Amino acid sequence: MKTPEGLNDKQKDQYQEAWLDTLRTFIFGAKTILFFVFAALLYIPLEDDIKNLFKEKQEVKVTTNRSTEKDEDYDRVENGIHVQTGFVVAPGFDEVRANCTVCHSSKLVTQNRATREGWEQMIIWMQEKQGLWDLGDRKPIILDYLSTHYAPIKKGRRDNIDIAEVEWYILDLENTD
Amino acid sequence: MSLALGTSIVFANNLPAGLVPVALEDHPAFQNLPGKHSEMIILNDRPINAETPPHLLDDDVTPGDLFFVRNNGLPPNRKEINLKTWSISFDGESAKQKKTYTLDELKSKFKTYTYQLTLECGGNGRKEFNPPAKGNQWGLGAVACAEWTGVRLKDVLQDIGLKSDAVYIAYYGKDMHLSGDPKKDPISRGVPIPKAMEDESLIAWSMNGQDIPLLNGYPVRLVFGGWPASCSGKWLERISIRNKVHDGTKMTGQAYRVPCNPVAPGSKVENEDMCIIESMPVKSLITFPKTGAQIKLNQTLPIRGHAWAGDLEVQSVEYSIDFGSTWKTCELNKPANRLAWQRFSTKIKFPKVGYYEVWARAKDSNGKTQPMLLPGWNPKGYLNNACHRVAIKVT
Repeated sequence: MKTPEGLNDKQKDQYQEAWLDTLRTFIFGAKTILFFVFAALLYIPLEDDIKNLFKEKQEVKVTTNRSTEKDEDYDRVENGIHVQTGFVVAPGFDEVRANCTVCHSSKLVTQNRATREGWEQMIIWMQEKQGLWDLGDRKPIILDYLSTHYAPIKKGRRDNIDIAEVEWYILDLENTD
Repeated sequence: MSLALGTSIVFANNLPAGLVPVALEDHPAFQNLPGKHSEMIILNDRPINAETPPHLLDDDVTPGDLFFVRNNGLPPNRKEINLKTWSISFDGESAKQKKTYTLDELKSKFKTYTYQLTLECGGNGRKEFNPPAKGNQWGLGAVACAEWTGVRLKDVLQDIGLKSDAVYIAYYGKDMHLSGDPKKDPISRGVPIPKAMEDESLIAWSMNGQDIPLLNGYPVRLVFGGWPASCSGKWLERISIRNKVHDGTKMTGQAYRVPCNPVAPGSKVENEDMCIIESMPVKSLITFPKTGAQIKLNQTLPIRGHAWAGDLEVQSVEYSIDFGSTWKTCELNKPANRLAWQRFSTKIKFPKVGYYEVWARAKDSNGKTQPMLLPGWNPKGYLNNACHRVAIKVT
């Protein structure tokens, strides 16, 4: 989603909120119409499809109020992680979400690790090269958040293979002897 | 996109390629990149960066849908690419003349060649460095070897004429800077003249006999096998023949550079002490079996994979099942042509039940082997050629 230029931050946030509201309204409207037009047979697969939009890894809580369900999904938190962005929910989350996902994916934040100084260098680089705006008094909040939750993990010259991540499977081999 | 949302998005056509609305970011339909295998690991969706799990790189020649994606900007919209009018212009301080060729002119005027060429991202393996380096945290799969068809860059450069002071060729592509600013290049790199003049250095329009996938540079790109893939410009529309080392975006500062002299992990290195990466180091990947295989003690495990060594050839590949205490030699094929990766294979009998790791290490024609630990730390996390390891259980 691209925000028009020349808006202050509050207007940007409002613009983005409005854009998402419109999107949600479209989805809800379309679903309602499809429900009446195509009836159950066609509706059911679409329902699954739309639900998948917000499903992630865990089951979606079934509720009769769809509008509320989507608002909850937008802000849904599981095990302290904001589902949509993958960010840790802690002080600074709102500032990071608002400033760090406008130009790039939240994945570019969550896959990285750095000290406070390292994160500051990245911000300076983005401001010099990539058009990031002045973060003002939000900068220390953002740096505190990033250096707390995305700090370097101590490891040696080489990690063990991450055994917990290995998916074990039986390899089907013909050549037994 | 409309299908996934159940409605149409107003102005959807204006959304740049590769940009998915936040509401759709996690929808399964968008776990698939256009023209790419569903199991590609997406590191970043703006710009698109995706790597291939090692076990899917098992083909001798990598299929287009399994070729990794490393984009710095936003690719051009496929609908806006007109093959009849697409042209590549040549200019620069060291060009004897300015000249522009359409794609058709290139194809008809110069002889066509086909080579299998290995391309690896300079940052492949970055994820393992400690202290960590910023950027896309590539694991193992930002490497591929496809069969490229095109004309030799040297034939075209000779048609234009190089002045005696020519040093570097620089590329410019049609991709757009993330900010949308048309004055900014997302990336503009290149290679020194000697590399540009090699037989295998191509202006290519075909991968594996088909159009190049859009995310990999359709309709035409440079291919310099064995060098960081960022040298091989995509969506190619201009080449500048420079009388100095090219100073375009991601050529200067710390980008695609490593310390000229080795440094301690975590060191701050000044720009003037960083040197441009040229030929990539020797490396190998076990592509069969997929990590996590369980076999029985009376079974023999076949393993296979690929090895490559930048501008050099691989002279041998060894494997270890005892954490590097002992090594045994694998069978190794000659490359299909210079700068193509080489197939290695062997069969392994395990002495007793238990947990094993199969490690593979290749040796290049100069006698350098892959390290078992991480190679020299560098601020941007390039050139990790530590040996690949797969986990095996014998029961």
